[in-house]
Amino acid sequence: MQTEPIKQKCTLLMREICTQLQAIHVDQLERKWITISLLVIGLFVGIITIDALFHGINPPSKVETIESASLHLSQEFAEDNLGVQVEASGKIIIRMVAGRYSFFPKHIDVPAETPLTFRWVSMDVLHGVHIPMTNMSTMIVPGYVAEITTTFPQPGEYPLLCNEYCGLGHNHMWSNISVVAKETWTAPAKSSAKGGSNNE
Amino acid sequence: MNDAATRKLALSNLWVAFIAFILACFMGEYQVLERSGFITALNSPSVYFASVSTHGVLMAFVLTTFFIMGFGYYIATTSLKQPIWNIKLAWAGFAVSLFGTVLAAIPLLTGNASVLYTFYLPMLAHAAFYIGATLLIVGSWFWCVIMLVMFSQWKKANPGLPVPLAMFATTANALLWLWTSAGVAVEVLFQAIPLALGWIDSIDPGLARTLFAWTLHPIVYFWLIPAYTAFYVFVPKQAGGFLFSDEVARAALIVLVVFALPIGFHHLYMDPEQGKGWKLLHGVGTFVVAIPTLVTGFTVIASLEIAGRLRGGKGLFGWILSLPWTNTMVLSVILALLMLIFGGFGGIVNASYAMNAMVHNTAWVPGHFHLIFGGTTVIMYFAVAYYLWPLLVGKPLFSNALALFQLWTWFIGMSILTTPWHVLGLLGQPRRISSVVYNNLLTLAWKPYEFMMIFGGLILLGSACLLIYNLAKTQLNPSSEAFDQQVEYAEPLHAVTSLPEYLNGFKLWNKVIAVLMVISFGFPILQFFFMDTFGSSGWGN
Repeated sequence: MQTEPIKQKCTLLMREICTQLQAIHVDQLERKWITISLLVIGLFVGIITIDALFHGINPPSKVETIESASLHLSQEFAEDNLGVQVEASGKIIIRMVAGRYSFFPKHIDVPAETPLTFRWVSMDVLHGVHIPMTNMSTMIVPGYVAEITTTFPQPGEYPLLCNEYCGLGHNHMWSNISVVAKETWTAPAKSSAKGGSNNE
Repeated sequence: MNDAATRKLALSNLWVAFIAFILACFMGEYQVLERSGFITALNSPSVYFASVSTHGVLMAFVLTTFFIMGFGYYIATTSLKQPIWNIKLAWAGFAVSLFGTVLAAIPLLTGNASVLYTFYLPMLAHAAFYIGATLLIVGSWFWCVIMLVMFSQWKKANPGLPVPLAMFATTANALLWLWTSAGVAVEVLFQAIPLALGWIDSIDPGLARTLFAWTLHPIVYFWLIPAYTAFYVFVPKQAGGFLFSDEVARAALIVLVVFALPIGFHHLYMDPEQGKGWKLLHGVGTFVVAIPTLVTGFTVIASLEIAGRLRGGKGLFGWILSLPWTNTMVLSVILALLMLIFGGFGGIVNASYAMNAMVHNTAWVPGHFHLIFGGTTVIMYFAVAYYLWPLLVGKPLFSNALALFQLWTWFIGMSILTTPWHVLGLLGQPRRISSVVYNNLLTLAWKPYEFMMIFGGLILLGSACLLIYNLAKTQLNPSSEAFDQQVEYAEPLHAVTSLPEYLNGFKLWNKVIAVLMVISFGFPILQFFFMDTFGSSGWGN
């Protein structure tokens, strides 16, 4: 590999760019403003990047495919498996299907102050789901599983709204979710039969 | 160079733009009324979504594309002092775009393309909608070619001389648009049209969204650059001063064009088909593209300050009062900057990666883009129209007072419309709903804001009608007085006699864009061909 000529060419190019950059007139005040702008933007980018890399604060981004046309035949999203389940490890997984114009199952109870992993799939078109005032928000794209883990700090009744246009009945696509105090929440019978704990 | 042939061409393009605009304004007011639910007789999701789809297409695609073409032709001939290269091609582009618009309008207005202007595959519209939209874009490519040819012809004829800033900005926009439109063109040609015509059975919605995201961010800069062009080349002169810096203006435009392109995934932050690393990369780029806007704000305000002081303004803020507030261009830029400050703040929130979850697809988002597009950008379209119309028709403006009133009412209306819209988003209201049927207490808090929006929309509609009235009257007025005003481009404070090539052309930047696009879209697009993906069949609405 001959890297020397390439290196030389690169330094030459850089040097040329630098002299050209110095050739243009930039006012003193302008320089100051550009520096301030760069610092402000650098601060924003820095906070976001540190949060993403070290605190794991990211948008839902697990790239996982699934065949939307035959969800009912799939192991995971067959009707019996939908809703809240507690894994053997104690992890709570909530499997939900979005389809014009409803979320299935219609109603779920989940514990407050507990990490919950939602797995959303669409059986037809694009949908989106948002629980207002929380960060439980994700697009539901047919062909993909949208996975998002979040925690609800406050018990209460929350609306669960479709927030992506999915057809003329889009307005009617919504349901409610009950967030109950951690102490009073009990795992649905089916999953405890499987031996799961209720995350106490 | 202000020949009759160019004037006719520019005027035809601009009229199509503003006719589309006024039609869409009526739809907008109907939509806030319908959405509020105050008049139950209006309730109809099918009419609402047909209207919203048409409103979006007219405002985002028709108004902008035709305005940019008309404005560009006029800039090219007057700043380069050359006739339009191949004016027949320019008219052919106009015809193709207009035919496309009409073709797309038929399914839109009959409710056969209620898929919103962002397409949303696998929901499927009538094929005529996609073909019409494609033709609208293809026609605009004719314009791009003409701008690029005129730019390089002038450079060849004037070696070593700086290209006039107005033409530099316009060519930057033409180049940006060619890169930008490639994404949606691929989506429409290889996914939407074949699926709508039944040539293929299924498409991958993940790929469709990725391709649309390619287009979705830079397209807003395609709309915005004419406003920035007016900031740089008209405003300083109209205010009675000088452009603060010509070189920095060029540098800002270049950074805008280069970084507008590889950042589209901030529209996909909440999507499952792209990984977090790619989203973060595009997120960082999104912040970078805020820098040229911050620089533009500085240059414009500095230019205004020079003008204010030349006009005798004293003190830290005294120069603001001595600006010519009765000049339509100056008033527009002040109002545009005010809206840009708030709109830009909202944009930073949207761009903030994981925080986007709080506002994604809520009413906050249309609130944001109405403020920054309908506000900042469109008010500069008005300013350009008020400035160019007399030059194009050879008669003085029908009424300057009416124009000032129109600009103020547009600003006030937009503030009344978009402030509650943002609040609704923070209160959790989704965008793109035609009525509120959720049986939840939360919705009670939404009512007063929806009520305010009706008034905002009404003021905007009235304001829009005044614009059209003023422009039509200017043109139709039987005026006998001789009108020989010429277009005046702003002079920079320091005259630019020579420029390094990278500030006077786009060869280098084209390569930079190509590299950045490969980095930021290469793998994210290719992954769909390596993953085990499952297609979706088309769905009606």
